[in-house]
Amino acid sequence: METILLLAHVETDGLLAKSARESLFAASALHTAIPGSNLFVALVGENVQAAADSIAACPAIKYFGATGAEFGQSRYATDAAAATALCKAAQATLVIAPATSRWNRVLSGVAQRLGGRVDSHVTGIAQIGGKPTVNRWYYRQRMEAVLGRTQRPWFMLVDPGSQPACDCGAGKAAVELVPVNLADVSRRTTVVGIREPKASAQTIRPDSPLLFVTGAGWTKKQADGQTHVPEAEKLILDFLNVTRASLGSSKSLVDLGGEGQAVLPFLSHLNQIGQTGATPRHAKGLSTCCHGEEPHTVGWRFIGERRAISLDPNCGWARGKADVLYVADAFAVISSVNALLAANP
Amino acid sequence: MNAYQIIVCGSIVPDPLQTLEPVAGAAGPALKNEMMLPAILDPWAGHALFEAGNLAKNAPGSKVWLVSLSPKAKLQQVMMTVAQKVPFELVALDGPASGFTEASEVAAALAGAIQTIPGLDKSRLLVFGGWESASRGAGVTMQMVGEHLGIADQFQGVDQLTVNPDGSLEILERIEGGKHQVSKCDGPPALLGWATGNLPEPKNNPQVGMANMRVVMPSLQKAKPVKLAGEGLTFAGVTLPKQLRTTRIVKDKSPAEIAQEIVQWIKK
Repeated sequence: METILLLAHVETDGLLAKSARESLFAASALHTAIPGSNLFVALVGENVQAAADSIAACPAIKYFGATGAEFGQSRYATDAAAATALCKAAQATLVIAPATSRWNRVLSGVAQRLGGRVDSHVTGIAQIGGKPTVNRWYYRQRMEAVLGRTQRPWFMLVDPGSQPACDCGAGKAAVELVPVNLADVSRRTTVVGIREPKASAQTIRPDSPLLFVTGAGWTKKQADGQTHVPEAEKLILDFLNVTRASLGSSKSLVDLGGEGQAVLPFLSHLNQIGQTGATPRHAKGLSTCCHGEEPHTVGWRFIGERRAISLDPNCGWARGKADVLYVADAFAVISSVNALLAANP
Repeated sequence: MNAYQIIVCGSIVPDPLQTLEPVAGAAGPALKNEMMLPAILDPWAGHALFEAGNLAKNAPGSKVWLVSLSPKAKLQQVMMTVAQKVPFELVALDGPASGFTEASEVAAALAGAIQTIPGLDKSRLLVFGGWESASRGAGVTMQMVGEHLGIADQFQGVDQLTVNPDGSLEILERIEGGKHQVSKCDGPPALLGWATGNLPEPKNNPQVGMANMRVVMPSLQKAKPVKLAGEGLTFAGVTLPKQLRTTRIVKDKSPAEIAQEIVQWIKK
């Protein structure tokens, strides 16, 4: 009999992130698909009661919590101790958790401690013949596998955005607090804070419906034989301001700075999509001045509708990857787009 | 600055410009013509190696090891380039570098190899690697290596490591929404899974390459064979996505007309 455990951490506001509710949806669906299975919930945080109450109407029959000031910080040593204690208390055989940066850091170590196995970047959970299976991608989103495992506990880190969020209602949950022995836990690491760009300079917006991808063409010589980097910078930032799109970039454009070439100062490796960048999930994507495989296959894997602006009508990477390819000068098109959106927001 | 023993874990992956196709092999899925595909050092592991080299350069007396589980013939080819980047000593394990191998078995093999390095001083030990690979792309192996080595101060998605005057480490890790978490660790031992970091790829230095290759070749010759059984792991299928979309090419419209169409699409 499988014991399915939704393992989540609470956010700084004491509640659950959307990604946790998505994992709860996957856990509930698997619980329904495997007759006789149990569904438990385990939460980690400074205080977990409000988070547990917020999902009290879900099919889980038991709630566990690891609470205390130590668990308010996202830190390997304390998180590993808490997650280990919770999985042991629940005697979990299948642990489903959101693939947040916090859990990505720690849960494979917990699987190791418990003699289990782990699969991350899970995009689907199902069952074949009553045995659970997961879908995940290999070789940077180039091929998709369906796999199963006999070892338990089996940790499944579910990629945010890959599942619907559980809309189960609130109520009153009875949380069983699990003691975590911190005596032997390293306290050599302290979380000092969060570093982020000013709100006006933040260009990465995971919740935006639109991803705007910039390629190296923005910094190359244009039809007049000159580069127009300041103009490109203004056009891109204006576009982001009026659309609230998230900004992605090809590797080549991000790397230009390291090669001493003209750069767009608001771009960093955090904006990079593709082979050594992110594979974000957005409903729509608009690429501009991109001519590589990375943004159009790897980086765009989970983009719904895709359009591209390029001067090359035969761009092999856009053709077959984008739904629409506009053969045009991105400077002129984006300038007009900005004007239209500014006039009719 | 104190001297460090920096161990970088990194394997090889197919050149990202290659077309990859899965095939069913006797021991599970594999890539078609896998041994024929040109290979590179895994990109994020490469960043970890460059960061290690830079740290070692700034902390006199430090030493860098590259521990790699790869088919040794392919690893030798990759070393011809990588060995020219930064000084290191190779510890080679001869085994598959496939993305379909089991991470826990890879971690056990890497940790075992690290533990055999003579003169290892845990109080000076920093274990580096890529936070994910370009093959399995799971981001789970390094943590298990750390568990095998008893390292409880671990960081993933690292973009910056600063050694403070008191020897403590300030580490920036990527978190959600384009932000970094800033942590302070008292010092080694620590494990860092690197994202891209801040350093450009070092230029090839033939002198570094010659010095490295004097150790690389003997290491490759005595590389211990590693079998990865993939126990308990079964693949129900590995498929390529349906990649091709029917692309509508728009080339006879003015920028203003295209802009109008894009605005309508964005607002839809």
